[in-house]
Order: sequence, then C-alpha cells, then structure tokens
Amino acid sequence: MTAVLSVAGVHKVFGERHVLRGVSLDVAEHEVVALIGASGSGKSTLLRCVNLLEPVDDGVIRLDGEDVTDPRADPDRVRRRIGMVFQAFNLFPHMTVLANVTLAPRRVHRVPPAEARDRAMALLGRIGLADLAGAYPDRLSGGQQQRVAIVRALMNTPRLLLLDEVTSALDPELVGEVLALVRELRGDGMTMLLATHEMGFARQVADRVCFLDGGALVEQGPPEQVLGDPREPRTRQFLARVIASGRL
Amino acid sequence: MDLFEKSPVQREREAYRRRQTILSVAVAAVSTGVVGVLLLAGITGAPGWKRVRESFFDLHTARAALPAVLDGLWLNIELLVFCAVGALVLGLGIASLRTLRRPVFFPLRALANGYTYTFRGLPLIITIYVFAFGVPGLRLSGTPSVLVLGGAALVLTYGAYIAEVFRAGIESVHPSQRAAARSLGLTYRQTMRHVVLPQAVRRVAPPLLNDLVAMQKDVGLISLAGPVDAIRAAQIQTSVSYDYTPYIVAGVLFVLLAIPLVAVTDWVTVRAARRQSGEVTL
Repeated sequence: MTAVLSVAGVHKVFGERHVLRGVSLDVAEHEVVALIGASGSGKSTLLRCVNLLEPVDDGVIRLDGEDVTDPRADPDRVRRRIGMVFQAFNLFPHMTVLANVTLAPRRVHRVPPAEARDRAMALLGRIGLADLAGAYPDRLSGGQQQRVAIVRALMNTPRLLLLDEVTSALDPELVGEVLALVRELRGDGMTMLLATHEMGFARQVADRVCFLDGGALVEQGPPEQVLGDPREPRTRQFLARVIASGRL
Repeated sequence: MDLFEKSPVQREREAYRRRQTILSVAVAAVSTGVVGVLLLAGITGAPGWKRVRESFFDLHTARAALPAVLDGLWLNIELLVFCAVGALVLGLGIASLRTLRRPVFFPLRALANGYTYTFRGLPLIITIYVFAFGVPGLRLSGTPSVLVLGGAALVLTYGAYIAEVFRAGIESVHPSQRAAARSLGLTYRQTMRHVVLPQAVRRVAPPLLNDLVAMQKDVGLISLAGPVDAIRAAQIQTSVSYDYTPYIVAGVLFVLLAIPLVAVTDWVTVRAARRQSGEVTL
C-alpha cells in the first residue's frame, strides 16, 4: 500500500505552547484514520498543518511522496489536492450554494462554468440538496451547510479529505445526515483523515483510530482495540471521561 | 383567516396593545407640535428676525440666484462623480496594498501606510492650495487645469479615508473565510477578489456612503482655487446684493443632492442583508 499522507516527527509551537510534539502518522490510500483526544490535544492543529494553513516548526509532511513542508513547494498547488471541511462550515455567505461549490473549479481549475455547474448539480443532487442550489448558506440548516461544505471540498477531486470536527457545531438531530455522507464517501474509497469527538462514529467509519494527548500520538490501532481495549493508561482515562459524559 | 380561535385573554392583550399604540402616536404628535411651535416662536419672535428673514430667506433673491447656483451645482456634481470614483479606486487599491504581507511588497506597504497617515491628517484646504497653486508654479509642460488639480487634491484626501474604511472591512472578514478559500486552492489574490473583498465591501457600504456625502460637501471647497461651483456662484450673487439668501439656496440644493445618495445606500444595504439572511425569498 502506498501512503497518500505521511507525517513524520512534526512539531508545532504557538508562542509558549508546544502543541504538536513529534507526531508521526501515515494514511494509506482508501484508508480512513480518525484522530481522537481531548480539546487542545492537537487534532485540529495537525489537520491545519497538513493543509499548510499552519507552517510546521519541525518534521516532514509528504503527500503522495512529495515533501509539502519544503518551503519551495507551492502551497496553492498542494491544497488543490487536499479537501478540507471545517467545524463551522465556513461557507461563503455572499455566494449561493452553487457559487460556493463551483468557485474552486471555476477559478482554480478554469473549468468552463457550464461543466462546473453540471458536476455541482450532480453532487448536490446526490445528497438531496439540488433544490437549494440557488439559496444562500444562511437559509440552510447546519447539517445542510456542512454537507454543502463537503461537496465543495469534493469538487477538487482531492487525494485526501481532512474533516475537522465536522459535527461539533451541529444540533444532535442533524449529526446523522453529515455522518451518513462521510460513511458514503468511505464507501467510494475516499482517503480521509478526520478529527472527531464522536467515538461511536470513529468506531463505525475509521479503519484506524489515533489517540492524541498533549500533542503526542499516544496510541493507535483498529477502532475495536483502541476504543474497546486500550493499552495505554492515558487512553483509558480519556475514554473513561468520555463514557462518564455520555458521549460513547 | 385565523389559524385558531383566540382566547379572551389574548383578545384582551391585543386590545390593550392597540390602545397603547394609539396613545403613543397621540403623545408623539402632541409633543412634536409643542416643540415645533416653541421653535418657531423662538426664532420668529427674536428681535432681529425681520432682518435675518430679509437677508437669508428672501424669495425674490432666491429666485434670481437659482439659475447661477444651479449652473455651479452642475460642476459640483461632475466633480463629485469623478472624484468619488477616483477616491474609491484609490482607497481600495491602498487598502489592498496594506494587507500584503510578503517582504517584496515592503516598499509598497510602507508607501501606502505613509500616504494614509499623511493625508488623513492634512487639512483638505491646504492640500487644495498646494495642488491648485503650488503645482502650476512648477511650470511643467502639460500641467492640467486648476479644476483637475483641485479634483486630484480631493481624491488624495478622501482616498486616504476610504482606504481605512476598506481596510476595516477587509479585517472584519473572519480568518476562517480565508482558510476555507485557501483550502480550496485559491491563491491569495483570488481569495481577496472572490471571498474577502465582496464581503468587506458589503459590510462597509454605509460608512463609505457617509464619506461620499461628506465628499459631496467638500467638493465645494474647490471654489477656493477659482472654479465657479454652486458655493462660488452663491458668493458672487451675495457680493452683489449683500443678501445671504443665495447661500441658503445652495445649501438646500446640497441637501437635496444628498438625499438620493443616502436613500440608495440604505436600499442597497437592506437588500443585501435580506438576500443573505433569506428572510425574503424574492
């Protein structure tokens, strides 16, 4: 198996805080890897580093073998091969759903507008949102907005999809529709690295679960093992807290 | 018509609210009337009112002055259009320069910073004098007319204010919007052009209009350099008759000129807000 993403010894420092302490992690093609851990454990920072939204302070990140942390690499070209979905959706409020989804194909890839539109409508139709193509994001529910954001990221046909707590800002009854879409993408063979608070979801969708604590990767393995029978005491403590709060 | 039959409690509440509404309208009407009468009595009852009315509100003088003032106003309007466009373009350009972070752009950024600091501090009158009288003094070939030079002074001064308004707008767009745009592979320029600036401009439309209304008044200062605009025309009329009514005529015309400008932005702002929030579907 070829690794789509290879993270090796990555450090990140924000001022005095050592947010990532030498994280190493590979994601193989068609693999879904879930990052779990408490708030501030470095999950989101790791995703932002992979997408070059934050420069790393040490270590190497490779995408399909290419060192993207090399300062000579063009970050715009790298990001075109990576899709990212954010906790707060980050749709562009001044654009319709269709304009949001077709922005990257039109402007980045110079796809003819009609072609971009057709592809967008096909994808929106697949998630049952074709009717809302002309609506502005504020009119949509949180779950609809997040599904549009996922479609927007998919329009670049990314090699790798990064999902950063995509259900954390949603009402409980809207979480399901977003998770169903992610499961569907997994069925399509999309390579994904996701940070999540939903242990149940990590168990269902991930091939591998990685537990981060204090910026270090403490334990990783199949979901049944990491979530069901963790080897590390810190993982056990974290899961005990999650169970106590009723989130598992 | 009603979806359900209202209970007596609700009917009583609604009747009470109706009475309250009528009452508050009545109170507003009475107090407005009282204030109006007092103001009128205060002004017209003043010992010098007769003289003031003759030298500021004389209908005959007003009618006589109107054509000349209107003629001058046309110059104000023309200048306003050109200077407003110029200042908006300049302001947007300067604001965009000030957001650049790469070291290559350091001199441009420094220049833009220096410009906004200088021209926001420099009184417009001094800028106009320097441009209208100083620049021709250089005796360079192809020096434009005083009108164009005065216009340039206006554009430079207002460009600095407008640049700051645009910059505030640009900075008000949440960083997550940039992150989302860059994640899609858009370059810095594409992100500014398609994601940040459209949101920034919409947000600062009201303060921008405010600057344009202020500019509309300051366009009159160009008369200091010689061109005959509405205020200059009024001054000429006044110096003939020693009657200040032409100034009042010019003032009223300026106010009338501002009303559509204000109305248009209000309309644009409200429409954009509604469209995005989806309260109105059409």
